[in-house]
Amino acid sequence: MRKKMLGMFLAGVLAMTALTACGETANGNNGAATTGDQNQDQPADGQTSAEPAGDGALTGTLNLGVIGPMTGAAALYGNAVKNGAEIAVEEINAIDPAFQISLDVQDDVHDPEISVNAYQTLKDNKVQVIVGTVTTSPCLAVSAEANSDRVFMLTPSASSPSVTEGKDNIFQLCFSDPNQGSASAQYISDNKLATKVAVIYNNGDAYSTGIYQTFKSKASELGLEVVSETTFTDDTATDFTVQLKAAQDAGADLLFLPIYYQPASLILKQASDMGFSPKMFGVDGMDGILTMEGFDTKLAEGVILLTPFSADAEDEATANFVKKFNDKVGETPSQFAADGYDCPYAIYRALEFYAAKNGGLDVTDMSYADLCEILISVFTDPSFSVDGITGQGMVWDANGEVNKAPKAVVIENGVYVGM
Amino acid sequence: MLTYLINGISLGSVYAIIALGYTMVYGIAKMLNFAHGDIIMVGGYASFCAMSYLGWPPAVAVLFSIGVCTVLGIVIERLAYKPLRSATSLAVLITAIGVSYFLQNVALLVWTSNPKVYPNIFEKIPPITVGEAQISGVTMVTILANIVIMIALTLFTGKTRMGKAMRAVSEDKGAATLMGINVNFTISMTFAIGSGLAAIAGVLLCTAYPNLVPTTGAMPGIKAFVAAVFGGIGSIPGAMIGGILLGVIEIVARALVPDVPSDIFVFAVLIIVLLVKPSGLLGKTVREKV
Repeated sequence: MRKKMLGMFLAGVLAMTALTACGETANGNNGAATTGDQNQDQPADGQTSAEPAGDGALTGTLNLGVIGPMTGAAALYGNAVKNGAEIAVEEINAIDPAFQISLDVQDDVHDPEISVNAYQTLKDNKVQVIVGTVTTSPCLAVSAEANSDRVFMLTPSASSPSVTEGKDNIFQLCFSDPNQGSASAQYISDNKLATKVAVIYNNGDAYSTGIYQTFKSKASELGLEVVSETTFTDDTATDFTVQLKAAQDAGADLLFLPIYYQPASLILKQASDMGFSPKMFGVDGMDGILTMEGFDTKLAEGVILLTPFSADAEDEATANFVKKFNDKVGETPSQFAADGYDCPYAIYRALEFYAAKNGGLDVTDMSYADLCEILISVFTDPSFSVDGITGQGMVWDANGEVNKAPKAVVIENGVYVGM
Repeated sequence: MLTYLINGISLGSVYAIIALGYTMVYGIAKMLNFAHGDIIMVGGYASFCAMSYLGWPPAVAVLFSIGVCTVLGIVIERLAYKPLRSATSLAVLITAIGVSYFLQNVALLVWTSNPKVYPNIFEKIPPITVGEAQISGVTMVTILANIVIMIALTLFTGKTRMGKAMRAVSEDKGAATLMGINVNFTISMTFAIGSGLAAIAGVLLCTAYPNLVPTTGAMPGIKAFVAAVFGGIGSIPGAMIGGILLGVIEIVARALVPDVPSDIFVFAVLIIVLLVKPSGLLGKTVREKV
């Protein structure tokens, strides 16, 4: 018997080692791809070229830190951001030899304490600006430190409003959770997707409830009729027949699902079993439903979801990024990878913006506190906007929340198709 | 209303089949096996792997899963519960909670937290339409399985030698030993049967609600425990009635008061039953001898 248990343990340990090893290999490949890839196509909008310093030019070397989970359960997200950021940095460094970014990536294992340690390491390494952290709870811990130390932070993907609240130097590149709710209502109303909307949300989850609340207030503002609002909790996330029946009886023609893909997959199945087929509308938590093992993608046919990034969008910048990411990592980039790609660009554009206005900027050996004030002034400048692959014309408010047009995708034949 | 009733029975029949395993182990070994829900989860994964990775037909996969869970039940009993045979019941209870978390975390390690979608193995059974409601194939199979298991267990404990030995052990372990009954073997057999039932429950639970994660069994396990207490723990028909009533209460509560999480009602039922009739609907009131 004991041998059996030991066997189970060993199997587990082996599996872990294999996973870590995979991560390592991927990193190794990245390094190799990096050198080969440089001098290739530059981003579409090439505003800059070599200009003499003192003439509005941006020069020097910026030490850019990245914090995220590179190992552990959330490693998927951290590595996506890291790979995305690396691609962006390669491209920026190829634009103009006078301005270079040196990237310093630290692993936080999605743990707040380790994340603060990673942040201290970055400070010791003379990092001037931070892209991170990738996940929300570590970000809350690190952003508090960065706020008192005056280090500028741009998080690619920590979406809780509490990440930026009351911290003037913390900015988000992703939508904050509540913003998704109002953006969804706006999108449904603008595109006349429905007249009667039903909502099923998880009232035991801050993400879901936050989106629901802003959705509801925006919907009433836009005259969108919400005919049924039902809830569940993580403990009752198996049977949705009651909620679906309520939506069906209320005559809903669209079901808004501000929830994660796992309960959503059950809702799709149970709705199909009872012959209820409204339009289904999800948010970024729905992303991932197609990759669930064993999921019948036919059930998700026609599901619309709001996501800042879709890999099959046809614009040049996205196509360029998807190709590079595929060459580098061997997979289609996720939303996190796209967020990671946009972050260094946002910082680069901001510095460029400042340099152009103030007769040049040399970032070499500038203190992080000075850079922090510069970046805050640019990010909150209403005339500063960034075109990224996760949104055109991104602007930031003084709160640090981003404002950008969301993209909607619809699932057709098991793949995302831009709408 | 009919729809809610039928949906409630569907949910309740899943609770009932889990509760049967709970009540069977409690009735004989006089211990609450809190890991029962997690054995269900292992049963779900075992049959999922057999079908999806090995390509076995569903019937073989179910048998395989029963085998895995039976062995697992015996192993758990030998390693975790047998050494505590003479310890207080509290120690055993806590060990059972430990086993439950152990199984969940091992499953997390082996199968990760990415949910797996369980195939519908009763797809070929057409649903019956009653008014505006539909009774799905899996619900009918679950109810049928409940009845078959209930009758089989009643006959087994009533008529067979092994069943008589189990009842004797449940009455008085010391006296049973004196009568020449191998108490340890009998309790091991109880766990084997209980875990085999858990595998069947796992297959039915995952077919009805096809999302398989390491915590799949935890909450249904607790609800089924409530159902077993509600029906009278130790009573085999009580488990089935308790399970179905609980499912109906949960669904109807959710329909009538949608703003309140339905678990409030489920657990309120447990508290009320314990206050009014501590032995449950069909439970026997046993006077403690002083």
